[in-house]
Amino acid sequence: MTQEEFRRQEAELDDLYRDIIIDHYRHPRRRGHLDSPSAAHEGLNPLCGDEVTVEVKVAGDRLADIAYTGSGCSISQSSASMMTEAVEGKSLEETRRLINDFTAMMRGSDDIDPDALGDLEALSGVRRFPVRIKCATLAWHTLDEALNDAAAG
Amino acid sequence: MTLDVTAIRKDFPILERKVHGKPLVYLDNAATSQKPRQVIDALVRYYENTNANIHRAVHTLGEEATAEYEGAREKVRRFINAPTTESVIFTRNTTEAINLVAYSWGRANIREGDEILLTQMEHHSNLVPWQQLAKEKGATVRYVPVTEQGTLELDGLENLFDARTKMMALPHVSNSLGTINPVEKIATEARKRGVMLLIDGAQGAPHLPVDVQAIGADFYAFSAHKMLGPTGVGVLYGRKELLEEMEQFLGGGEMIRKVTFEGATWNDLPWKFEAGTPNIADVIAFGAAIDYLEVLGMDNVRQHEAEITAYALDRMATIPDIILYGPPDVEQRGGVVSFNFSDLHPHDIGTVLDQYGVAIRSGHHCTQPLWRTLGVSGSARASFYIYNTPEEVDKLVNAVVAACDYFLKR
Repeated sequence: MTQEEFRRQEAELDDLYRDIIIDHYRHPRRRGHLDSPSAAHEGLNPLCGDEVTVEVKVAGDRLADIAYTGSGCSISQSSASMMTEAVEGKSLEETRRLINDFTAMMRGSDDIDPDALGDLEALSGVRRFPVRIKCATLAWHTLDEALNDAAAG
Repeated sequence: MTLDVTAIRKDFPILERKVHGKPLVYLDNAATSQKPRQVIDALVRYYENTNANIHRAVHTLGEEATAEYEGAREKVRRFINAPTTESVIFTRNTTEAINLVAYSWGRANIREGDEILLTQMEHHSNLVPWQQLAKEKGATVRYVPVTEQGTLELDGLENLFDARTKMMALPHVSNSLGTINPVEKIATEARKRGVMLLIDGAQGAPHLPVDVQAIGADFYAFSAHKMLGPTGVGVLYGRKELLEEMEQFLGGGEMIRKVTFEGATWNDLPWKFEAGTPNIADVIAFGAAIDYLEVLGMDNVRQHEAEITAYALDRMATIPDIILYGPPDVEQRGGVVSFNFSDLHPHDIGTVLDQYGVAIRSGHHCTQPLWRTLGVSGSARASFYIYNTPEEVDKLVNAVVAACDYFLKR
Protein backbone atom coordinates (compact mmCIF):
# COMPACT_ATOMS: atom_id res chain seq x y z
CA MET A 1 0.00 0.00 0.00
CA THR A 2 1.34 3.44 -0.88
CA GLN A 3 1.67 6.16 1.75
CA GLU A 4 -1.16 8.07 0.10
CA GLU A 5 -3.49 5.08 0.20
CA PHE A 6 -2.60 4.49 3.81
CA ARG A 7 -3.43 8.08 4.73
CA ARG A 8 -6.75 7.91 2.87
CA GLN A 9 -7.56 4.74 4.77
CA GLU A 10 -6.85 6.33 8.10
CA ALA A 11 -8.80 9.46 7.17
CA GLU A 12 -11.89 7.33 6.52
CA LEU A 13 -11.44 5.60 9.86
CA ASP A 14 -10.88 8.91 11.60
CA ASP A 15 -14.24 10.07 10.32
CA LEU A 16 -15.89 7.10 12.03
CA TYR A 17 -13.77 7.09 15.15
CA ARG A 18 -13.71 10.83 15.96
CA ASP A 19 -11.68 11.89 18.96
CA ILE A 20 -14.72 12.58 21.08
CA ILE A 21 -16.06 9.06 20.43
CA ILE A 22 -12.78 7.47 21.46
CA ASP A 23 -12.70 9.74 24.52
CA HIS A 24 -16.16 8.66 25.67
CA TYR A 25 -15.27 5.00 24.98
CA ARG A 26 -12.10 5.20 27.09
CA HIS A 27 -13.60 7.47 29.75
CA PRO A 28 -17.32 6.71 29.94
CA ARG A 29 -19.57 9.26 31.69
CA ARG A 30 -22.40 8.15 33.96
CA ARG A 31 -21.55 4.53 33.59
CA GLY A 32 -23.00 2.65 36.56
CA HIS A 33 -26.24 2.37 38.50
CA LEU A 34 -28.71 4.84 40.07
CA ASP A 35 -29.76 4.44 43.70
CA SER A 36 -33.49 4.28 43.10
CA PRO A 37 -34.25 4.47 39.39
CA SER A 38 -37.81 5.06 38.18
CA ALA A 39 -37.12 2.49 35.48
CA ALA A 40 -34.33 0.42 33.97
CA HIS A 41 -34.49 -1.01 30.48
CA GLU A 42 -32.16 -3.49 28.78
CA GLY A 43 -31.51 -2.99 25.08
CA LEU A 44 -29.95 -5.69 22.93
CA ASN A 45 -28.61 -5.67 19.43
CA PRO A 46 -29.28 -9.30 18.52
CA LEU A 47 -27.16 -9.26 15.39
CA CYS A 48 -23.93 -8.27 17.07
CA GLY A 49 -24.54 -8.78 20.78
CA ASP A 50 -24.19 -5.17 21.93
CA GLU A 51 -25.90 -4.66 25.28
CA VAL A 52 -26.93 -1.42 26.99
CA THR A 53 -29.07 -1.05 30.09
CA VAL A 54 -30.34 2.48 30.70
CA GLU A 55 -31.55 3.56 34.15
CA VAL A 56 -33.60 6.73 34.49
CA LYS A 57 -34.87 8.74 37.41
CA VAL A 58 -37.83 10.89 36.49
CA ALA A 59 -38.89 13.79 38.73
CA GLY A 60 -42.10 15.44 37.53
CA ASP A 61 -41.55 16.32 33.88
CA ARG A 62 -37.78 16.20 34.17
CA LEU A 63 -35.16 13.51 33.61
CA ALA A 64 -33.45 14.08 36.94
CA ASP A 65 -30.76 11.42 36.60
CA ILE A 66 -29.55 8.80 34.14
CA ALA A 67 -26.92 6.06 34.09
CA TYR A 68 -26.06 3.13 31.89
CA THR A 69 -24.21 -0.16 31.94
CA GLY A 70 -23.41 -2.49 29.09
CA SER A 71 -20.85 -4.03 26.83
CA GLY A 72 -20.20 -3.70 23.16
CA CYS A 73 -18.17 -1.94 20.53
CA SER A 74 -16.75 1.56 20.84
CA ILE A 75 -19.64 3.06 18.87
CA SER A 76 -22.42 1.53 20.98
CA GLN A 77 -20.78 2.36 24.31
CA SER A 78 -19.59 5.86 23.46
CA SER A 79 -23.01 6.69 22.03
CA ALA A 80 -24.56 5.63 25.36
CA SER A 81 -22.07 7.75 27.27
CA MET A 82 -22.60 10.80 25.04
CA MET A 83 -26.35 10.35 25.32
CA THR A 84 -26.37 10.41 29.12
CA GLU A 85 -24.43 13.65 29.04
CA ALA A 86 -26.75 15.19 26.47
CA VAL A 87 -30.07 14.42 28.17
CA GLU A 88 -29.34 14.63 31.88
CA GLY A 89 -31.47 17.31 33.56
CA LYS A 90 -33.51 17.97 30.42
CA SER A 91 -37.29 17.98 30.41
CA LEU A 92 -38.93 14.76 29.23
CA GLU A 93 -40.24 16.60 26.20
CA GLU A 94 -36.77 17.85 25.28
CA THR A 95 -35.35 14.38 25.82
CA ARG A 96 -37.93 12.80 23.52
CA ARG A 97 -37.22 15.42 20.91
CA LEU A 98 -33.49 14.75 21.11
CA ILE A 99 -34.10 10.99 20.75
CA ASN A 100 -36.13 11.73 17.64
CA ASP A 101 -33.58 14.14 16.21
CA PHE A 102 -30.63 11.86 16.89
CA THR A 103 -32.24 8.76 15.39
CA ALA A 104 -33.43 10.84 12.42
CA MET A 105 -29.85 12.07 11.89
CA MET A 106 -28.62 8.48 11.95
CA ARG A 107 -31.27 7.51 9.39
CA GLY A 108 -29.85 10.24 7.18
CA SER A 109 -32.88 12.55 7.40
CA ASP A 110 -32.49 15.89 5.60
CA ASP A 111 -34.64 17.61 8.23
CA ILE A 112 -31.91 17.44 10.85
CA ASP A 113 -28.91 19.74 10.99
CA PRO A 114 -26.24 17.56 12.66
CA ASP A 115 -24.37 20.66 13.83
CA ALA A 116 -27.40 21.64 15.94
CA LEU A 117 -26.87 18.46 17.99
CA GLY A 118 -23.60 19.60 19.55
CA ASP A 119 -21.11 16.83 20.40
CA LEU A 120 -23.54 14.23 19.08
CA GLU A 121 -22.71 15.40 15.57
CA ALA A 122 -19.52 13.35 15.91
CA LEU A 123 -21.60 10.21 15.53
CA SER A 124 -22.86 11.30 12.10
CA GLY A 125 -19.70 9.73 10.61
CA VAL A 126 -21.17 6.34 11.50
CA ARG A 127 -23.77 6.80 8.74
CA ARG A 128 -21.16 5.90 6.15
CA PHE A 129 -20.85 2.48 7.79
CA PRO A 130 -24.46 1.23 7.51
CA VAL A 131 -24.03 -1.93 9.59
CA ARG A 132 -22.77 0.15 12.49
CA ILE A 133 -25.75 2.54 12.64
CA LYS A 134 -27.62 0.14 14.94
CA CYS A 135 -24.66 0.29 17.33
CA ALA A 136 -25.03 4.06 17.56
CA THR A 137 -28.82 4.08 18.04
CA LEU A 138 -29.08 1.19 20.54
CA ALA A 139 -28.74 3.34 23.68
CA TRP A 140 -31.23 5.88 22.32
CA HIS A 141 -33.94 3.31 21.59
CA THR A 142 -33.28 1.83 25.02
CA LEU A 143 -33.69 5.25 26.67
CA ASP A 144 -36.97 5.68 24.81
CA GLU A 145 -38.18 2.34 26.22
CA ALA A 146 -36.95 3.22 29.72
CA LEU A 147 -38.98 6.46 29.60
CA ASN A 148 -42.03 4.45 28.49
CA ASP A 149 -41.48 2.07 31.41
CA ALA A 150 -41.18 5.01 33.83
CA ALA A 151 -44.38 6.61 32.47
CA ALA A 152 -46.21 3.30 32.85
CA GLY A 153 -45.02 3.18 36.45
CA MET B 1 0.25 -26.56 -1.13
CA THR B 2 -2.03 -29.55 -1.59
CA LEU B 3 -4.49 -27.76 -3.86
CA ASP B 4 -3.68 -25.75 -6.97
CA VAL B 5 -5.07 -22.59 -5.43
CA THR B 6 -4.02 -20.36 -8.33
CA ALA B 7 -6.17 -22.41 -10.70
CA ILE B 8 -9.03 -22.63 -8.20
CA ARG B 9 -9.11 -18.85 -7.69
CA LYS B 10 -9.65 -18.31 -11.43
CA ASP B 11 -12.97 -20.16 -11.08
CA PHE B 12 -14.32 -17.63 -8.57
CA PRO B 13 -15.34 -14.37 -10.29
CA ILE B 14 -15.91 -12.54 -6.99
CA LEU B 15 -12.26 -12.94 -6.02
CA GLU B 16 -11.46 -10.44 -8.79
CA ARG B 17 -13.27 -7.63 -7.07
CA LYS B 18 -11.87 -4.93 -4.89
CA VAL B 19 -13.15 -3.62 -1.57
CA HIS B 20 -12.16 -0.06 -0.58
CA GLY B 21 -9.66 -0.21 -3.44
CA LYS B 22 -7.94 -3.38 -2.16
CA PRO B 23 -8.21 -6.92 -3.49
CA LEU B 24 -10.90 -8.78 -1.58
CA VAL B 25 -9.50 -11.14 1.07
CA TYR B 26 -12.53 -13.24 1.88
CA LEU B 27 -12.17 -14.93 5.26
CA ASP B 28 -15.80 -15.36 6.27
CA ASN B 29 -16.29 -18.81 4.82
CA ALA B 30 -17.88 -20.26 7.93
CA ALA B 31 -20.75 -17.82 7.30
CA THR B 32 -21.02 -18.61 3.60
CA SER B 33 -18.58 -19.65 0.89
CA GLN B 34 -18.08 -17.96 -2.46
CA LYS B 35 -19.37 -19.65 -5.64
CA PRO B 36 -17.35 -20.91 -8.58
CA ARG B 37 -18.27 -20.07 -12.18
CA GLN B 38 -19.45 -23.68 -12.61
CA VAL B 39 -22.18 -23.23 -9.98
CA ILE B 40 -23.26 -19.81 -11.30
CA ASP B 41 -23.37 -21.27 -14.84
CA ALA B 42 -25.50 -24.20 -13.67
CA LEU B 43 -28.07 -21.73 -12.32
CA VAL B 44 -28.11 -19.72 -15.53
CA ARG B 45 -28.22 -22.84 -17.70
CA TYR B 46 -31.17 -24.20 -15.75
CA TYR B 47 -33.20 -21.00 -16.07
CA GLU B 48 -32.27 -20.49 -19.72
CA ASN B 49 -32.82 -24.06 -20.90
CA THR B 50 -34.67 -26.31 -18.51
CA ASN B 51 -36.89 -24.31 -16.16
CA ALA B 52 -40.08 -26.27 -15.34
CA ASN B 53 -41.79 -27.68 -12.29
CA ILE B 54 -40.75 -31.19 -11.35
CA HIS B 55 -42.41 -34.56 -10.75
CA ARG B 56 -45.70 -33.73 -12.48
CA ALA B 57 -45.41 -32.47 -16.02
CA VAL B 58 -45.21 -34.93 -18.92
CA HIS B 59 -43.48 -32.42 -21.19
CA THR B 60 -39.79 -32.48 -22.01
CA LEU B 61 -38.74 -29.57 -19.79
CA GLY B 62 -40.53 -31.12 -16.81
CA GLU B 63 -38.79 -34.42 -17.38
CA GLU B 64 -35.37 -32.80 -17.75
CA ALA B 65 -35.82 -30.67 -14.66
CA THR B 66 -36.95 -33.69 -12.65
CA ALA B 67 -33.97 -35.73 -13.84
CA GLU B 68 -31.53 -32.95 -12.91
CA TYR B 69 -33.14 -32.37 -9.51
CA GLU B 70 -33.12 -36.07 -8.65
CA GLY B 71 -29.63 -36.30 -10.15
CA ALA B 72 -28.45 -33.76 -7.60
CA ARG B 73 -29.96 -35.89 -4.85
CA GLU B 74 -27.91 -38.85 -6.07
CA LYS B 75 -24.78 -36.65 -6.03
CA VAL B 76 -25.48 -35.70 -2.42
CA ARG B 77 -26.09 -39.36 -1.53
CA ARG B 78 -22.71 -40.32 -2.99
CA PHE B 79 -20.96 -37.34 -1.38
CA ILE B 80 -21.97 -38.38 2.14
CA ASN B 81 -22.15 -42.12 1.34
CA ALA B 82 -25.79 -42.50 2.34
CA PRO B 83 -27.13 -45.99 1.56
CA THR B 84 -30.08 -44.69 -0.46
CA THR B 85 -31.46 -41.45 -1.90
CA GLU B 86 -34.59 -42.07 0.20
CA SER B 87 -32.47 -40.88 3.12
CA VAL B 88 -31.58 -37.56 1.49
CA ILE B 89 -34.13 -34.79 2.06
CA PHE B 90 -33.75 -31.30 0.64
CA THR B 91 -34.64 -28.47 3.02
CA ARG B 92 -34.03 -24.72 2.97
CA ASN B 93 -30.94 -24.91 5.17
CA THR B 94 -29.38 -26.71 8.14
CA THR B 95 -31.74 -24.90 10.50
CA GLU B 96 -34.81 -26.25 8.73
CA ALA B 97 -33.33 -29.75 8.66
CA ILE B 98 -32.82 -29.67 12.43
CA ASN B 99 -36.28 -28.23 12.99
CA LEU B 100 -37.72 -31.02 10.86
CA VAL B 101 -36.23 -33.63 13.22
CA ALA B 102 -37.22 -31.71 16.36
CA TYR B 103 -40.74 -31.39 15.05
CA SER B 104 -41.40 -34.76 13.43
CA TRP B 105 -39.23 -37.11 15.47
CA GLY B 106 -39.03 -35.06 18.65
CA ARG B 107 -42.70 -34.40 19.14
CA ALA B 108 -43.55 -38.08 18.76
CA ASN B 109 -40.73 -39.44 20.90
CA ILE B 110 -39.67 -36.97 23.59
CA ARG B 111 -41.76 -37.22 26.74
CA GLU B 112 -41.95 -35.56 30.13
CA GLY B 113 -38.82 -36.22 32.17
CA ASP B 114 -36.68 -37.17 29.15
CA GLU B 115 -33.32 -35.50 28.66
CA ILE B 116 -31.99 -33.93 25.49
CA LEU B 117 -28.19 -33.68 25.51
CA LEU B 118 -26.49 -30.81 23.69
CA THR B 119 -23.08 -29.14 24.05
CA GLN B 120 -21.99 -25.69 25.20
CA MET B 121 -20.65 -25.00 21.70
CA GLU B 122 -24.04 -25.29 19.99
CA HIS B 123 -25.03 -22.92 17.21
CA HIS B 124 -28.41 -21.34 18.01
CA SER B 125 -29.94 -23.42 15.22
CA ASN B 126 -29.08 -26.63 17.08
CA LEU B 127 -30.15 -25.18 20.42
CA VAL B 128 -33.38 -23.23 20.10
CA PRO B 129 -35.43 -26.04 18.43
CA TRP B 130 -34.49 -28.43 21.26
CA GLN B 131 -35.19 -25.87 23.98
CA GLN B 132 -38.62 -25.29 22.43
CA LEU B 133 -39.28 -29.03 22.28
CA ALA B 134 -38.14 -29.59 25.87
CA LYS B 135 -40.35 -26.78 27.10
CA GLU B 136 -43.36 -28.14 25.24
CA LYS B 137 -42.85 -31.68 26.50
CA GLY B 138 -41.58 -31.04 30.02
CA ALA B 139 -38.20 -32.53 29.11
CA THR B 140 -34.82 -31.19 30.24
CA VAL B 141 -31.78 -30.01 28.28
CA ARG B 142 -28.25 -30.70 29.49
CA TYR B 143 -25.05 -29.33 27.96
CA VAL B 144 -21.69 -31.08 27.66
CA PRO B 145 -19.14 -28.50 28.93
CA VAL B 146 -16.37 -27.05 26.80
CA THR B 147 -12.80 -27.16 28.14
CA GLU B 148 -10.42 -24.20 28.13
CA GLN B 149 -8.83 -25.70 25.02
CA GLY B 150 -12.19 -25.47 23.29
CA THR B 151 -12.84 -29.21 23.16
CA LEU B 152 -15.78 -31.08 24.64
CA GLU B 153 -15.31 -32.46 28.14
CA LEU B 154 -15.80 -36.09 27.20
CA ASP B 155 -13.53 -38.04 29.54
CA GLY B 156 -15.46 -41.12 30.43
CA LEU B 157 -17.61 -41.34 27.32
CA GLU B 158 -19.57 -44.10 29.02
CA ASN B 159 -20.82 -41.52 31.52
CA LEU B 160 -21.92 -39.13 28.80
CA PHE B 161 -25.52 -40.28 28.83
CA ASP B 162 -27.73 -40.96 31.79
CA ALA B 163 -30.80 -43.13 31.99
CA ARG B 164 -33.09 -40.30 30.92
CA THR B 165 -31.08 -39.23 27.85
CA LYS B 166 -33.24 -39.84 24.81
CA MET B 167 -31.51 -37.70 22.22
CA MET B 168 -28.20 -35.99 21.61
CA ALA B 169 -27.42 -33.25 19.10
CA LEU B 170 -23.98 -31.74 18.55
CA PRO B 171 -21.92 -30.00 15.89
CA HIS B 172 -19.47 -31.99 13.77
CA VAL B 173 -17.23 -28.90 13.77
CA SER B 174 -17.73 -25.83 15.98
CA ASN B 175 -18.40 -22.73 13.89
CA SER B 176 -16.93 -20.50 16.63
CA LEU B 177 -13.91 -22.47 17.86
CA GLY B 178 -13.16 -24.73 14.90
CA THR B 179 -13.13 -27.80 17.15
CA ILE B 180 -13.66 -31.09 15.30
CA ASN B 181 -15.71 -33.27 17.63
CA PRO B 182 -15.16 -37.06 17.86
CA VAL B 183 -18.57 -37.82 16.38
CA GLU B 184 -17.78 -41.46 15.52
CA LYS B 185 -16.94 -42.30 19.14
CA ILE B 186 -20.01 -40.48 20.40
CA ALA B 187 -22.19 -42.27 17.83
CA THR B 188 -20.87 -45.67 18.95
CA GLU B 189 -21.74 -44.87 22.54
CA ALA B 190 -25.14 -43.44 21.57
CA ARG B 191 -26.03 -46.58 19.62
CA LYS B 192 -25.04 -48.76 22.61
CA ARG B 193 -27.33 -46.75 24.84
CA GLY B 194 -30.21 -46.38 22.41
CA VAL B 195 -29.79 -42.60 22.27
CA MET B 196 -30.87 -40.86 19.06
CA LEU B 197 -28.02 -38.78 17.56
CA LEU B 198 -28.23 -35.75 15.30
CA ILE B 199 -25.08 -34.14 13.97
CA ASP B 200 -25.11 -30.52 12.86
CA GLY B 201 -22.78 -30.83 9.89
CA ALA B 202 -23.01 -27.22 8.69
CA GLN B 203 -19.24 -26.85 9.27
CA GLY B 204 -18.50 -30.54 8.67
CA ALA B 205 -19.69 -31.48 5.19
CA PRO B 206 -18.07 -28.46 3.47
CA HIS B 207 -14.63 -29.12 4.96
CA LEU B 208 -14.14 -32.80 5.84
CA PRO B 209 -14.76 -36.11 4.08
CA VAL B 210 -18.11 -37.21 5.51
CA ASP B 211 -19.37 -40.79 5.48
CA VAL B 212 -22.65 -40.87 7.37
CA GLN B 213 -22.57 -44.66 7.60
CA ALA B 214 -19.05 -44.74 9.01
CA ILE B 215 -19.94 -42.01 11.51
CA GLY B 216 -23.07 -43.93 12.45
CA ALA B 217 -25.28 -40.88 12.93
CA ASP B 218 -29.06 -41.18 12.90
CA PHE B 219 -29.40 -37.69 11.39
CA TYR B 220 -26.84 -35.43 9.72
CA ALA B 221 -27.76 -31.90 8.58
CA PHE B 222 -25.87 -29.40 6.41
CA SER B 223 -26.23 -26.44 4.02
CA ALA B 224 -25.30 -26.02 0.36
CA HIS B 225 -24.26 -22.38 0.61
CA LYS B 226 -21.31 -23.09 2.90
CA MET B 227 -19.89 -25.55 0.35
CA LEU B 228 -19.81 -23.54 -2.91
CA GLY B 229 -23.54 -24.01 -3.56
CA PRO B 230 -26.35 -21.44 -3.63
CA THR B 231 -28.26 -20.21 -0.59
CA GLY B 232 -31.67 -21.73 0.07
CA VAL B 233 -30.73 -25.42 0.01
CA GLY B 234 -30.09 -27.63 3.01
CA VAL B 235 -29.86 -31.38 3.38
CA LEU B 236 -31.18 -33.68 6.03
CA TYR B 237 -29.76 -37.18 5.98
CA GLY B 238 -31.76 -39.57 8.15
CA ARG B 239 -31.71 -43.33 8.63
CA LYS B 240 -34.44 -44.67 6.37
CA GLU B 241 -36.23 -46.67 9.10
CA LEU B 242 -36.51 -43.53 11.22
CA LEU B 243 -37.73 -41.35 8.38
CA GLU B 244 -40.33 -43.94 7.45
CA GLU B 245 -41.79 -43.95 10.94
CA MET B 246 -41.80 -40.18 11.26
CA GLU B 247 -44.86 -38.07 10.63
CA GLN B 248 -44.61 -35.46 7.89
CA PHE B 249 -43.23 -31.99 8.66
CA LEU B 250 -44.94 -29.49 6.35
CA GLY B 251 -48.19 -30.30 4.53
CA GLY B 252 -49.08 -29.44 0.95
CA GLY B 253 -48.39 -30.49 -2.60
CA GLU B 254 -45.64 -32.96 -3.52
CA MET B 255 -45.65 -34.67 -0.11
CA ILE B 256 -49.03 -36.40 -0.54
CA ARG B 257 -50.07 -39.68 -2.11
CA LYS B 258 -53.82 -39.16 -2.08
CA VAL B 259 -55.94 -36.28 -0.85
CA THR B 260 -59.69 -36.36 -0.21
CA PHE B 261 -61.94 -33.90 1.59
CA GLU B 262 -61.64 -36.18 4.60
CA GLY B 263 -57.84 -36.37 4.76
CA ALA B 264 -54.61 -37.37 3.04
CA THR B 265 -51.95 -40.06 2.88
CA TRP B 266 -48.27 -39.37 2.46
CA ASN B 267 -45.90 -39.77 -0.43
CA ASP B 268 -42.86 -42.07 -0.28
CA LEU B 269 -39.48 -40.99 1.01
CA PRO B 270 -37.86 -38.58 0.50
CA TRP B 271 -40.72 -36.55 -1.01
CA LYS B 272 -42.88 -37.05 2.10
CA PHE B 273 -40.73 -34.33 3.66
CA GLU B 274 -40.55 -32.01 0.66
CA ALA B 275 -43.88 -30.17 0.61
CA GLY B 276 -44.54 -27.68 -2.16
CA THR B 277 -42.39 -26.77 -5.14
CA PRO B 278 -38.82 -27.17 -3.93
CA ASN B 279 -35.85 -24.94 -4.69
CA ILE B 280 -35.23 -26.70 -8.01
CA ALA B 281 -32.66 -24.37 -9.56
CA ASP B 282 -30.53 -24.10 -6.45
CA VAL B 283 -30.61 -27.84 -5.79
CA ILE B 284 -29.38 -28.45 -9.34
CA ALA B 285 -26.63 -25.85 -8.93
CA PHE B 286 -25.72 -27.49 -5.62
CA GLY B 287 -25.09 -30.62 -7.68
CA ALA B 288 -22.50 -28.61 -9.64
CA ALA B 289 -20.89 -27.54 -6.35
CA ILE B 290 -20.57 -31.17 -5.27
CA ASP B 291 -19.03 -32.03 -8.65
CA TYR B 292 -16.48 -29.27 -8.07
CA LEU B 293 -15.56 -30.51 -4.58
CA GLU B 294 -15.33 -34.12 -5.76
CA VAL B 295 -12.86 -33.18 -8.47
CA LEU B 296 -10.68 -31.54 -5.81
CA GLY B 297 -11.21 -34.45 -3.41
CA MET B 298 -12.42 -33.85 0.13
CA ASP B 299 -9.22 -35.29 1.61
CA ASN B 300 -7.30 -32.60 -0.26
CA VAL B 301 -9.77 -29.90 0.79
CA ARG B 302 -9.24 -30.93 4.41
CA GLN B 303 -5.46 -31.05 3.96
CA HIS B 304 -5.39 -27.57 2.41
CA GLU B 305 -7.44 -26.12 5.25
CA ALA B 306 -5.25 -27.78 7.86
CA GLU B 307 -2.16 -26.23 6.20
CA ILE B 308 -3.69 -22.75 6.03
CA THR B 309 -5.00 -22.98 9.58
CA ALA B 310 -1.65 -24.13 10.96
CA TYR B 311 0.03 -21.22 9.18
CA ALA B 312 -2.58 -18.75 10.44
CA LEU B 313 -2.29 -19.98 14.04
CA ASP B 314 1.51 -19.62 13.89
CA ARG B 315 1.41 -16.14 12.40
CA MET B 316 -1.40 -14.84 14.59
CA ALA B 317 0.24 -16.07 17.77
CA THR B 318 3.00 -13.49 17.07
CA ILE B 319 0.56 -10.57 17.38
CA PRO B 320 1.06 -8.93 20.80
CA ASP B 321 -1.78 -9.40 23.32
CA ILE B 322 -3.90 -11.54 21.00
CA ILE B 323 -6.22 -14.09 22.61
CA LEU B 324 -6.76 -17.16 20.40
CA TYR B 325 -9.58 -19.65 20.96
CA GLY B 326 -9.99 -23.30 20.10
CA PRO B 327 -7.67 -26.32 20.04
CA PRO B 328 -4.07 -25.44 19.11
CA ASP B 329 -3.64 -28.82 17.38
CA VAL B 330 -4.86 -28.59 13.76
CA GLU B 331 -5.63 -32.32 13.82
CA GLN B 332 -8.54 -31.41 16.07
CA ARG B 333 -9.48 -28.23 14.29
CA GLY B 334 -11.20 -27.05 11.13
CA GLY B 335 -10.37 -23.84 9.26
CA VAL B 336 -11.69 -21.40 11.86
CA VAL B 337 -9.59 -18.97 13.93
CA SER B 338 -11.44 -16.93 16.54
CA PHE B 339 -9.52 -14.21 18.33
CA ASN B 340 -9.90 -11.24 20.65
CA PHE B 341 -7.99 -8.43 22.30
CA SER B 342 -8.86 -7.41 25.83
CA ASP B 343 -9.32 -3.73 24.98
CA LEU B 344 -10.53 -3.91 21.38
CA HIS B 345 -14.06 -4.92 20.43
CA PRO B 346 -14.50 -7.44 17.56
CA HIS B 347 -16.70 -4.97 15.63
CA ASP B 348 -14.05 -2.31 15.72
CA ILE B 349 -11.50 -4.85 14.47
CA GLY B 350 -13.92 -5.91 11.73
CA THR B 351 -14.51 -2.35 10.54
CA VAL B 352 -10.79 -1.58 10.32
CA LEU B 353 -10.07 -4.88 8.53
CA ASP B 354 -12.79 -4.10 6.00
CA GLN B 355 -10.92 -0.91 5.11
CA TYR B 356 -8.04 -3.18 4.11
CA GLY B 357 -10.32 -5.39 2.00
CA VAL B 358 -10.22 -8.18 4.59
CA ALA B 359 -13.65 -9.68 5.30
CA ILE B 360 -13.93 -11.44 8.65
CA ARG B 361 -16.86 -12.00 10.97
CA SER B 362 -17.20 -10.25 14.30
CA GLY B 363 -19.76 -10.93 16.99
CA HIS B 364 -21.20 -13.97 18.67
CA HIS B 365 -21.45 -16.16 15.53
CA CYS B 366 -24.85 -17.44 16.77
CA THR B 367 -23.24 -19.14 19.78
CA GLN B 368 -24.08 -16.64 22.52
CA PRO B 369 -24.10 -19.15 25.42
CA LEU B 370 -20.66 -20.45 24.42
CA TRP B 371 -19.09 -16.99 24.52
CA ARG B 372 -20.79 -16.23 27.83
CA THR B 373 -19.19 -19.42 29.20
CA LEU B 374 -15.82 -18.16 27.96
CA GLY B 375 -16.45 -14.80 29.67
CA VAL B 376 -16.74 -12.60 26.57
CA SER B 377 -19.60 -11.52 24.33
CA GLY B 378 -18.06 -12.72 21.08
CA SER B 379 -14.93 -12.72 18.97
CA ALA B 380 -13.40 -11.76 15.67
CA ARG B 381 -13.30 -14.81 13.42
CA ALA B 382 -11.36 -15.65 10.28
CA SER B 383 -12.44 -18.80 8.46
CA PHE B 384 -10.79 -20.38 5.45
CA TYR B 385 -11.71 -22.37 2.36
CA ILE B 386 -10.22 -23.89 -0.76
CA TYR B 387 -9.28 -20.56 -2.41
CA ASN B 388 -7.47 -18.96 0.52
CA THR B 389 -3.70 -18.54 0.39
CA PRO B 390 -0.87 -17.99 2.88
CA GLU B 391 -0.46 -14.50 1.36
CA GLU B 392 -4.03 -13.74 2.41
CA VAL B 393 -3.21 -14.89 5.93
CA ASP B 394 -0.31 -12.41 5.85
CA LYS B 395 -2.71 -9.65 4.80
CA LEU B 396 -5.02 -10.61 7.66
CA VAL B 397 -2.17 -10.46 10.16
CA ASN B 398 -0.95 -7.10 8.81
CA ALA B 399 -4.46 -5.66 8.95
CA VAL B 400 -4.99 -6.88 12.53
CA VAL B 401 -1.69 -5.31 13.56
CA ALA B 402 -2.73 -2.09 11.79
CA ALA B 403 -6.05 -2.13 13.69
CA CYS B 404 -4.24 -2.52 17.00
CA ASP B 405 -1.82 0.29 16.12
CA TYR B 406 -4.67 2.54 15.01
CA PHE B 407 -6.54 2.26 18.31
CA LEU B 408 -3.36 2.33 20.37
CA LYS B 409 -2.37 5.73 19.05
CA ARG B 410 -5.89 7.16 19.37
